[in-house]
Amino acid sequence: MNDQGFFLFLISALPFLGALLPGIMIRAGRNACASFTAVPTALALVLLMILAPAVLRGEVIEAEIAWLPQLGLSVSFFLDGLGLLFAAMILGVGLLITLYARFYLSGEDPMGQFYTYLLLFQGAMLGIVISDNILLMLIFWELTSLSSFLLIGFWKHLPEGRQGARMALAVTGSGGLALIGGMLILGQIAGSYQLTEILQQGDAIRASEWYLPALILILIGAFTKSAQFPFHFWLPHAMAAPTPVSAYLHSATMVKAGVFLLARLWPVLAGTEAWFYIVTTTGLITMVLGALIALFKDDLKALLAFSTVSHLGLLTMLLGFGTTAAAVAAVFHILNHLTFKAALFMTAGIVDHETHTRDIKRLGGLRHLMPITFAIGTIAALSMAGIPLLNGFLSKEMMLEEASHTVWAGSALAVPVLATLGALLSVAYSLRFIVHVFFGPKRDDYPHKPHDPPFGLWASPALLTVLVVLIGVMPWLAEGIVTAAASAVTGADLHPHLKIWHGVTPALWMSVIAVLGGAVLLALHRPLDRAWTLAPRPEAKAIFDRLVAAVVALSCTITEATHNGAISRYLAIFVVAAVALGAAAFAGSGLSATTRGLLPVPPVIAIGWLMLVVACASVVILHRERFTALVLIGIIGLTISAGFAYLSAPDLALTQISVETVTIMLLLLALHFLPKTTPAESTLARKARDGVIAVAAGGGVGALAYAFLLRDISTISQFHLDNSYEGGGGTNVVNVILVDFRGYDTYGEIIVLGIAGMVIYALVHALVGGPAGRRLRERDYSQDLSRDRHPLMMVVVTRVLMPIAIVVGAYIFLRGHNQPGGGFVAGLVIAIALLMQYMASGFAWTQARKRIEYHTMIGFGIIIAGLTGAGAWLSGTPFLTSAYTYVHLPPIEEFELATAMFFDLGVFLTVLGAVMLMLYSLSRIARLAGETVNAEAMDFDPADRVIDQRPGA
Amino acid sequence: MEILIASAIGVLTAGGVYLLLRLRTFPVILGLALLSYAVNVFLFASGRLAIDQSPILARYGEGSYTDPLPQALVLTAIVISFGMTAVLVMIGLAAYLEADSDRIDIDPVESRDDDQRGGAA
Repeated sequence: MNDQGFFLFLISALPFLGALLPGIMIRAGRNACASFTAVPTALALVLLMILAPAVLRGEVIEAEIAWLPQLGLSVSFFLDGLGLLFAAMILGVGLLITLYARFYLSGEDPMGQFYTYLLLFQGAMLGIVISDNILLMLIFWELTSLSSFLLIGFWKHLPEGRQGARMALAVTGSGGLALIGGMLILGQIAGSYQLTEILQQGDAIRASEWYLPALILILIGAFTKSAQFPFHFWLPHAMAAPTPVSAYLHSATMVKAGVFLLARLWPVLAGTEAWFYIVTTTGLITMVLGALIALFKDDLKALLAFSTVSHLGLLTMLLGFGTTAAAVAAVFHILNHLTFKAALFMTAGIVDHETHTRDIKRLGGLRHLMPITFAIGTIAALSMAGIPLLNGFLSKEMMLEEASHTVWAGSALAVPVLATLGALLSVAYSLRFIVHVFFGPKRDDYPHKPHDPPFGLWASPALLTVLVVLIGVMPWLAEGIVTAAASAVTGADLHPHLKIWHGVTPALWMSVIAVLGGAVLLALHRPLDRAWTLAPRPEAKAIFDRLVAAVVALSCTITEATHNGAISRYLAIFVVAAVALGAAAFAGSGLSATTRGLLPVPPVIAIGWLMLVVACASVVILHRERFTALVLIGIIGLTISAGFAYLSAPDLALTQISVETVTIMLLLLALHFLPKTTPAESTLARKARDGVIAVAAGGGVGALAYAFLLRDISTISQFHLDNSYEGGGGTNVVNVILVDFRGYDTYGEIIVLGIAGMVIYALVHALVGGPAGRRLRERDYSQDLSRDRHPLMMVVVTRVLMPIAIVVGAYIFLRGHNQPGGGFVAGLVIAIALLMQYMASGFAWTQARKRIEYHTMIGFGIIIAGLTGAGAWLSGTPFLTSAYTYVHLPPIEEFELATAMFFDLGVFLTVLGAVMLMLYSLSRIARLAGETVNAEAMDFDPADRVIDQRPGA
Repeated sequence: MEILIASAIGVLTAGGVYLLLRLRTFPVILGLALLSYAVNVFLFASGRLAIDQSPILARYGEGSYTDPLPQALVLTAIVISFGMTAVLVMIGLAAYLEADSDRIDIDPVESRDDDQRGGAA
């Protein structure tokens, strides 16, 4: 990648990296915060200016890194004229807004947050305009919706702010969904998701039968974002945002994203009848309707919002015309609208900031009190009206010129007349902005005495106003960028000349009519306003709210019907569905012939089977007596472990028997706090239903097991048997699989076990602090307790057993690699030995003698296992490759030392820690429940003479 | 032998499913325990049954061994199902202590009342 490509990457990344700064720098003060927001923006702008000359010469700068090539997704950017225009606007205005917001936001607003959101938005917006990959562009598109949600709702305490943000997100977000569909279709037609390649295939795309669906979906995306009729309603409600946000998002950037998309895809989508009629008509309606509503809005920002809607309609209409001259006009107007509209928003913000109101009816006469603001606002508003020698005039003339010879459905008058009407209304509301706010008599009932703001607040709009005048007087200044952008839009080599005077053309006459008519309308504003107030008209917000309420009600109905809170019902549905699927799969294909014979059944095994079946049936019948059921479960578990031992699985037998012990202990402890019996509440019908389901499930699983037990399959197990000793250095193949072949699985599993331990600990921690903790403390357990809770015999026996158990555990651990045993079993055995101490002498006594925290043990276990695995990297082999050697120490036999043993040590520690943490957590509940805490090892100690000598003892 | 193992798996599953469909936490947990037994034995049996063929390699000479892979997988499954049971038990216990009821179903009307109370608070 060359330097230019690298710069492009930097430009795209800088806002996101910079977004981390404001949140930190706010601690250093508001100035530092604003400065550090400006730095990444300014840096990106400088880089952009370095790239600009090449782009203006007509070069296209590209940069690409593959991301998910399988999906056609790559991080690829390109910068052409159109991208340059938008990127310069985003970064340039971003810089001005940063300055403006520093002085606009009050001390109570979290400024760090604001700037972080702003930079996030800036990065997302920048991503849209320079993305080469349309999937990447979609990601940035959604990011603008999300970050603008945060910005619009920045004042969280205002309900309008929250509602406006939600509405904007709902409308632009659903449009974004449509856009995703449209873009995917487009990519399918073109056979590539790279924009530069798609743009080459205009003819093929327009000829495709999928053209119309793609067009409509993409247009929905663009129209919702750019607030086109009938999706225009969200933009005025988004005005609840702080003014810097409105000035940035709603004049210069976000709402232009839709227009940008139309311009970007112009070469492939424009030029068809469908495009012309949909886009032009939507634009035209939006332009006139927006301007009309703007005229009657009393809120300064609402007026500007609807004027923005109107101007976006104008841009959409121009792009809809499908001619190159119209595209040039559109590009030029994008630039001009940015300059005057951002300045106007900031002016409105200054007026609001100084007078504490944005209501035009309460304003007027400000020209004496705020001369600087007056000058800025007037110039910008006159430009919006399209008065000569200001830039708004130039692009509006070009628009009228194009409109004057556009034929719509056979009518040569429809478009010119409506365009003139739009221009006329535009003049009217622009003049109203000036006259009703700044002219008229000075009032003395402003909510706050106004005067011009500090330099920092008016510097940004003033700079934009200078641009308005400069471009208006010397349009050739903008020729370079407009040429580059328009050429990029149309794909043609254009050389437009931007001039003030075109001679006496139809457009000039239309302009004259517009200005004069606008002045007349303003003069008639008072009676017209009364008429407007009385006229019935649909309220978009109410319709939207009703729509949302209807959708919510629908989803509530569906949820309550399907998800009614009855878990037993879900489980029944789940089991039935699983059985049905299994039956369906089985019905589809028959069984092959059996390949294995039956093994003989010795009598002992038959007795074991009978025990298991009887125990199982007894659990089902007696399950309401919970203690009995638990005993029966223990019988089942022990029978299964005996079965494992008989069927050549000694490791499983060892594990099952120790897990069984721990599980029963755990359930016993839990049962201590739960009701001891289950009430009979199922009806007979329900029991029958559950019985049928259970028998069907059991029969299915049993039949399946029987079917495969009689058939052979090819397995990979021979590999493990062959390589266990050679490669893993152990003769116990099961253990070698656990710590070596599939060590990564085991590593994951001990982490899960550790997490389970932590979850239980955290759960209990939260529990004892809550209402349950209070309930526990008030609970009376006195009747449940045995008088001799820590009997002498048990204490003595467990003490004696402890060292033996540890030796056994160590033995099982050490021999695990070659004989049945290993970390899992050893961990469980030691855990049981420790648990016996807890049970014999009580948790308080034992806890006081514990040296290592169980959390630490889990942590060390995972670290040791992880480090052992990582150690393999040192010898250049993959994670968890084990190495081993044989060591000969004189008194002991030659023995083997494998790295796998350290891994197994990690397993051992994690299992021990997790099991102990789980049971220890239960004991915390017990102690909270007011059980007496014992300081002594046993309740009645015969060695303690004092008790004996007490009179009456 | 195969018949016994297959039928045992079936009985464990049927018992587990029946208890799973009960209305209180404790029987449901027992049901899950029975189901874990069934699943573990089922997975183990997928290596086919063998007697006196433990997958412990003989030092000298050739031997015949049963399939070790399902055993290794089931070994971790046993330990993990203990972890799962423990978490479930704690959740059931916590729910009982918080709500003073060990029912697993939420009465729809009751839950809506709770929502309203939460909203008003």
